[in-house]
Amino acid sequence: MLSHIRTMWLVFLHLFRKKETIEYPEEKVDLHPRYRGRIVLTKDPDGGERCVGCYLCAVACPVDCIALQATEDEYGRRYPDFFRINFSRCIFCGFCEDACPTYAIQLIPDFEMAEYNRQNLVFEKEDLLIDSQGKYPGYNFYRVAGLEAGVKKKGEGVNEEAPVDVHSLLP
Amino acid sequence: MTTTQQIWIVIGVLFVLLNIAAGLIWVERRLLALWQDRLGPNRAGPLGILIVLADTLKLFFKEDWIPPFADKWIFVTAPAIVVGSVLLSFVIIPFAPGIVVADLNIGIIFFLAMSSLGVYSIVLGGWASNNKYALLGALRGASQMIAYEVFMGLSLMGVVMLTGSFNLGDIVMAQQHLWYVVTQPVGFIIFLIAGVAETHRLPFDIPEAESELIAGYHAEYSGMKFGMFFIGEYLGITLISAMIVTLFFGGWLGPSFLPPLAWFAIKLFFFIGLFILLRASLPRPRYDQLVSYGWKILLPLVLANVLITGAVALWLRGVRL
Repeated sequence: MLSHIRTMWLVFLHLFRKKETIEYPEEKVDLHPRYRGRIVLTKDPDGGERCVGCYLCAVACPVDCIALQATEDEYGRRYPDFFRINFSRCIFCGFCEDACPTYAIQLIPDFEMAEYNRQNLVFEKEDLLIDSQGKYPGYNFYRVAGLEAGVKKKGEGVNEEAPVDVHSLLP
Repeated sequence: MTTTQQIWIVIGVLFVLLNIAAGLIWVERRLLALWQDRLGPNRAGPLGILIVLADTLKLFFKEDWIPPFADKWIFVTAPAIVVGSVLLSFVIIPFAPGIVVADLNIGIIFFLAMSSLGVYSIVLGGWASNNKYALLGALRGASQMIAYEVFMGLSLMGVVMLTGSFNLGDIVMAQQHLWYVVTQPVGFIIFLIAGVAETHRLPFDIPEAESELIAGYHAEYSGMKFGMFFIGEYLGITLISAMIVTLFFGGWLGPSFLPPLAWFAIKLFFFIGLFILLRASLPRPRYDQLVSYGWKILLPLVLANVLITGAVALWLRGVRL
């Protein structure tokens, strides 16, 4: 009996505690920078698209919501002709971001994507492409050294940067 | 008192009661939320009170479905019985001097009779649903009601003996100097426990126990018929709170800087809050625990209370045996 009364008193005292509720539309949620929200396509420091149309993201996608068609410009540089993500299917798992070899596809902390029309959730390349380098500022895929050809060391060529330390966990 | 006045009292009491019962939807959700460190419904209208309107509209527009395997007529009448019997019980409660629908000299007996009738709605509702969970709920409701009805009546006998009347107005007037909660603490606690069991509120919501019986006796009900069970439950809380206030806490009596009706309302809402706090804090006992607790502990206790109260009352009046 006394323990019941004590329980009731303790529960009553919760009236004066700080409430856990976040009143969402007025009060925004404080999201982590690595929160997996809307998917974007980023650009490299020179303003060119990072995406090379390798299809790895489309392969990695467990719900097959990414569709793209690779093509080449006059210098032989690959880029996606169209790049389409169906966000009504996307499960925001981030596998595409993991799969991307050029840091082009990234998930950003924005989840406010509600639409009245389902078709509006299909994002085309111009909707996805943002004018920013995303989480990896200063990274340019074509400037980072690739294979050693026996002529000079990695990262010593013209317009070439030092190789990435693949064992580092830092982005 | 003229007939017109009486009609106005009837309409006023009905209006206020139904509004309180509907408003309790909001009160309960807000209070429960606050006690669980949440905010609760606070969007529609000032402090979210229009959630009541939204809930009611939702209930009205839901499909009013009668299962093809149900016993149609009993299925439809069951929810009406609970609301009807609880509303009839309010007839005897003196809200303020002069504001009482029927000043019966058998007030408490009438209240007990009506609250016993309420169990028919559970039994019939559960039976007519033709659903095993509903029937189990009805079964539990019936045995819980039999167990708790007995000492609910007996717990009030102490008050009746001290007053010498079944009339609630007389009982209130007899508490001018001392509330009965002081002289009848055991009676008060047992009546409170029995009242919670009577209204099937948590922690004694054995007949509907969501986690065991889905929704128990009203598992098959939808729309406004479910709403009637809901309203009946809130009316039941209000009724038991009003009875506690009247019998043990001096009814409308209070210092004269507030009108009697205000004192009644303050005490009433205190006990409604207590009911909701009970729901927020205590877990549900097992079914057999509840029944054996009733028969083995509370019944002997209340019998002893009746005996001792009777003896003391006789001794105070100087009766020599």
